[in-house]
Amino acid sequence: MSAGGHRRCAQVLNEALHEVFAARDDVDLLGEDVLDPYGGAFKVTQGLSDAYPDRVLTTPISEASLFGVAAGMALRGRRPILEIMFGDFVALGFDQIVNGISKFREMYDDQVTVPLVVRTPMGGRRGYGPTHSQSLEKLLLGVPNIVVVAASECHDLRALLVAAVEDERPVFLLENKLMYGRPNRRPEHRHVGEFEVRETGGPYPALTFSATGFSEGSATVVTYGGMLPVVLDAVTELVLEHEIFCEVVALSQLAPPELDPVLESVARTGALVTAEEGTLTGGIGAEIAARVQEAAWSDLRRPVQRVAARDGIVPSARPLEDAMLPSARDVVEAVLVLEAVRS
Amino acid sequence: MTALATLYERMLFVRRFEETLLDLFSQGKLVGTTHTYIGQEANGVGVIDHLDPAVDTIFSNHRCHGHYLAFTDDAFGLLSEVMGKATGTCGGKGGSQHLCRGNFYSNGVLGSIVPVATGIALAEKKKGTGAVSTVFLGDGTLGEGVTYESLNMASLWTLPVLFVVENNHYAQSTPVELELAGSIRARAEAFGVETDELDTTDVEEIHAAAGRAVARIRETGAPFWLVLHTYRFSPHSKGDDNRDPAEIEARRERDPLTVAGARLEDDEREAIAVRVEQRLAETVAAAEEAPFAEPEAA
Repeated sequence: MSAGGHRRCAQVLNEALHEVFAARDDVDLLGEDVLDPYGGAFKVTQGLSDAYPDRVLTTPISEASLFGVAAGMALRGRRPILEIMFGDFVALGFDQIVNGISKFREMYDDQVTVPLVVRTPMGGRRGYGPTHSQSLEKLLLGVPNIVVVAASECHDLRALLVAAVEDERPVFLLENKLMYGRPNRRPEHRHVGEFEVRETGGPYPALTFSATGFSEGSATVVTYGGMLPVVLDAVTELVLEHEIFCEVVALSQLAPPELDPVLESVARTGALVTAEEGTLTGGIGAEIAARVQEAAWSDLRRPVQRVAARDGIVPSARPLEDAMLPSARDVVEAVLVLEAVRS
Repeated sequence: MTALATLYERMLFVRRFEETLLDLFSQGKLVGTTHTYIGQEANGVGVIDHLDPAVDTIFSNHRCHGHYLAFTDDAFGLLSEVMGKATGTCGGKGGSQHLCRGNFYSNGVLGSIVPVATGIALAEKKKGTGAVSTVFLGDGTLGEGVTYESLNMASLWTLPVLFVVENNHYAQSTPVELELAGSIRARAEAFGVETDELDTTDVEEIHAAAGRAVARIRETGAPFWLVLHTYRFSPHSKGDDNRDPAEIEARRERDPLTVAGARLEDDEREAIAVRVEQRLAETVAAAEEAPFAEPEAA
């Protein structure tokens, strides 16, 4: 337990893993250093190998092949969960992701499915430097036939993991390094702190936050994953310092894009800011902006603003990393730009 | 029919099927590309005779027609797939090198298939089916690093994988001397994997060696690395061949059909040829009649 009575996100994910292992004996977990007592680099698999020694496999450091091994298992009726220690290492698996995992079902004319789950933490702000801090989800976003899900500290992490394991499609469940140690702040009585929260249905819901009961809003900020607490800090500051009220949409399903909650919010607010931790160019914000202007041009009073990391590396030294990654201040300034355009 | 005659008939069917494919290509009746197995038939036919299509699995590569026919005997599905017909084994979506039927799979990126075959073996081991997961690779695939990651895992986890390395001496146009260092066999031995190595086009020798390899896997549950030195007479795909014609001609003396055919009586060989031509003609006629693949109505 932690402050506020919320369990930490890593613990919730750990319990969810134990739950799916108990519920289904066709689930296996593969990854590096996942065995007890170590229990994974971020401790999410703790206790699992002691409880299920035959179904938790610690692997060589062979990510490029492990994606293929998991695919082969999924083709033959197992439901593997592949833990990739750092999201950066997904880069090693791209041949398997692009030319195998995402293709088998469709190119084999629906004779097979590939029900695997890849769990991996993205994100910086821990000083791990250029190859252990990235948010690479945009590289997955353009791959057809896979589901990309971003967990945030306000999502039902248990439900996301269970849904991913039950999904017949390949699912990338993107976790976040800072999120692991933070409380899983689920809405209580439809509120997180001062925000009222609406949650969509479906396996990978979106959460929409409003500090005004959805009655007043100058802009919508769409975000996901580890950027959610940053954005919530920013919109709190906008209220306190500028008396500007924003709605926040926290997606979990990034791909295939599911933007109805964004469109609904933009219909109320008339303006959109996208906020992601990955680098700007070709990012998720670009895709969302394109889709929102196609679908809701008449709702937009002002141009879409994108907040993202500078196109470059994630430096290790804290001041350099802070300068490179998007901050609450960047989100505040993007909203203020919209306000300036309006006035 | 003797065992040899059966193997010979399968090899001849693969050979004539692919010669027919090249003819149909020149007539503009095929789409995309194709990589033929002409000259290597003894490998696929000799190995696959030991596999049970109801239990065992195969993951093959871009040069997969011979493996597919030997395992599934589905000539119509393959031909109509390559012709872009709706009746193709993958409804025309895969084409020549992306096939799936039952326990047979193929894919077009070298090396990519090896970890997947390893994962298949892991799943089958967990399910306790006793299946052998066979993966066909070539000298070119030995340049892909995931091959060695897979060997490591297959050995480490004692997985029933039969690695069949068909060294046809060319990676597309590049001779093996320019793409491969060291020993093919020792690569697997370094991982503690049992091996065998043959330099022959004699289907009976290959059949016997493959039988020993598959039996070892069924007995131990451990992987096996079977190296078959071979040669393809056909180009890498269709017209792309810069090899010295004299080199190819010299190899034709070891044509697996000639080697095996010499051990059959003339009348048996001729009867087989008649059956093969008749089946092939029926297959081509049926595939020509079949409807083309069409996008689903929106």
